[in-house]
Amino acid sequence: MKIAVLSGKGGTGKTLLSVNLASVADNAEYIDCDVEEPNGYLFFKPENIEIEKVNVKIPEVNQELCNGCRKCVDFCKYNALAYINEKLVIFDDICHSCSGCTLFCPQNALTEKEKNIGEIQRGISNGINITTGIMNTGEASGTSIIKNILKEDFNKKDITIIDSPPGSACIVMETIKDVDYCILVAEPTLFGVHNLNMVHELVNLFGKSYGVVLNKDFDGKNPAEDFCLDNNIKILGRIPFDSELGKINSEGIIAARENEKYKKIFSNILQRVIKEVEQGEAIINS
Amino acid sequence: MRIVIPVEEKSMGSNVSEIFGRTPYFLIYDKENKKEEFIENTASNSRGGAGIKAAQIVVDNKGDVLLTPQCGRNATDVIKGAEIKIYKTESRSVKENIEKFNTGTLLPLDNIHSGFHGHGEK
Amino acid sequence: MKQLLILSGKGGTGKTTIASSFIKLSSAKAFADCDVDAPNLHLVMEDFSTPKISDYYGLDKAYINQDKCVKCGLCMENCRFDAIGLRDNYEVDYFECEGCGVCEEICPVDAIELRPVIAGELKLYDDKKIFSTAQLKMGNGNSGLLVTEVKKQMKTAIGETEIAIIDGSPGIGCPVIASISGVDMVLIVVEPSISGINDMKRIINTAGNFGTKIAICVNKYDTNIEKSNEIKDFADKYDIKFIGNIPFDIEAVKAINSGKSIVDIDCKAREAIEDVYKKTINMLIK
Repeated sequence: MKIAVLSGKGGTGKTLLSVNLASVADNAEYIDCDVEEPNGYLFFKPENIEIEKVNVKIPEVNQELCNGCRKCVDFCKYNALAYINEKLVIFDDICHSCSGCTLFCPQNALTEKEKNIGEIQRGISNGINITTGIMNTGEASGTSIIKNILKEDFNKKDITIIDSPPGSACIVMETIKDVDYCILVAEPTLFGVHNLNMVHELVNLFGKSYGVVLNKDFDGKNPAEDFCLDNNIKILGRIPFDSELGKINSEGIIAARENEKYKKIFSNILQRVIKEVEQGEAIINS
Repeated sequence: MRIVIPVEEKSMGSNVSEIFGRTPYFLIYDKENKKEEFIENTASNSRGGAGIKAAQIVVDNKGDVLLTPQCGRNATDVIKGAEIKIYKTESRSVKENIEKFNTGTLLPLDNIHSGFHGHGEK
Repeated sequence: MKQLLILSGKGGTGKTTIASSFIKLSSAKAFADCDVDAPNLHLVMEDFSTPKISDYYGLDKAYINQDKCVKCGLCMENCRFDAIGLRDNYEVDYFECEGCGVCEEICPVDAIELRPVIAGELKLYDDKKIFSTAQLKMGNGNSGLLVTEVKKQMKTAIGETEIAIIDGSPGIGCPVIASISGVDMVLIVVEPSISGINDMKRIINTAGNFGTKIAICVNKYDTNIEKSNEIKDFADKYDIKFIGNIPFDIEAVKAINSGKSIVDIDCKAREAIEDVYKKTINMLIK
């Protein structure tokens, strides 16, 4: 069962929830697809790490063959090439790897080479398989890292928790394409609601089953809760506002492993999600 | 000597544009003949890589020096690759900056940036 | 006009909370929200009438003219983004297409063209104060162009003014560079956590390239005093102005959720923010 954890913006507690859900499951796998800011490994501190480099193809020029026609410079929609002092210059970090320049060079002066944009780290922490996608600083897009992570078969474990990138851009769509269920994490603030609304639209667009977990929940007005009630969205559970939990988390410690009280909170959320997915399957199969 | 400046309007009374890559126009000022020419910056609407394309325009128009308030890393690579020198503008007025450049009081841009590099080790 | 940009790296550090307080405290008349993936500042802007809205065009996307298409499959074969699929016809996946133009160029019968696509809208609130922002449609990423447009719209509308306050984009990529471009000072709001410190360093790297004045403040500093001290030490070591600590304050969260700004109520966070505000403005106009 693949479960993606999403949030409209960073800092809502997406990693807190993902890490703790994976920790309370019996037979789980945790995948960090937040490749720009992968933080889950800071909590799990996985061991026996194997590294797989992720490369993309970028152009390389043979200056002797290049006759300065500039077809590539004009073609490139991303402005990744310039022609200076009778030399073609390629800006690797702007290149989107579309291969257009190489394909259309009349002199065949361009070829493609591999360029490393990041890596996938696989390790183990207390029996949980940990996969982390890490994009090198300054790269344009981490989508290919996520594609590489997700092409693997994840049915070896009962539960796969996917920590997705924040927001609702293309990279998030890539992450949730094949999941069974989406958990939306929301903060109890006015800002939180606005962002929740955007992810809510995204999961609807992809026709995914989903529910909301309210983070930093405390007595008082909770605009995120109101939003769920107004829109008939399932509330899967609540993580209380708790300065001790915040402190544990900011130190990179997994709360559910530390303390029975927190373990119970996350176990309850996980059980609820499993039930939701099974009920969903039952409806489809009947 | 051809002096290139990113400008907001097509006139000598214009202000220097605050941004290089997405400036609407470039002024090309011929120092010896005191002639001015304004060209559109077709890079200004790029979704990405605007600095590189704008720099290519400066190079293609045979600039000798560039006066600008700032210049990103990629654009700087292009400009310097073409052996064009970059100076930092001081005030908003185009005319004032040309005068200051002529009297040698503008500072090279790289002098201002160095000292920040290496911060926050990656 | 002196422009102040507020940045944070990762989301959830309280950047918008601080920006909105600054707006209340300041007599400034020009504001912009460049956090266009999740613009939030308008939620705390009162007394504004309906904004003027204009379309924003993002990357062009491929369009296949089915009448001309001879179904040779070259487009699909050469698309590096897996954006072209074959059902009854060859079709472009709107979300996958990155507008590189390879298919347009390679099509032997000119059946494909790139077309501009509306990726979002620019919004301008033009009352006693000017407030410029934008909203992206789902699945569209932020871009440096859009950020530049938001800032340009603000400047055109206000003409000459003393101070402008800009809420920046999250992350470290092109939109952040476009946010920094042209501003006089960057205030970095840091959260005292491992990931918060990581992000702070990355922003300092980017902003340093522009030679912009930089100051740091720590939000929710009391949630992890050791990490807060680490941030202060870092600032001192690299001679970056450390401008203040803001405590976590549950009263502040409650105020925001009831639609107020922190500075509307009496609380400990308010005093700290006022102090940070004064010091920031002094540094900005000096």
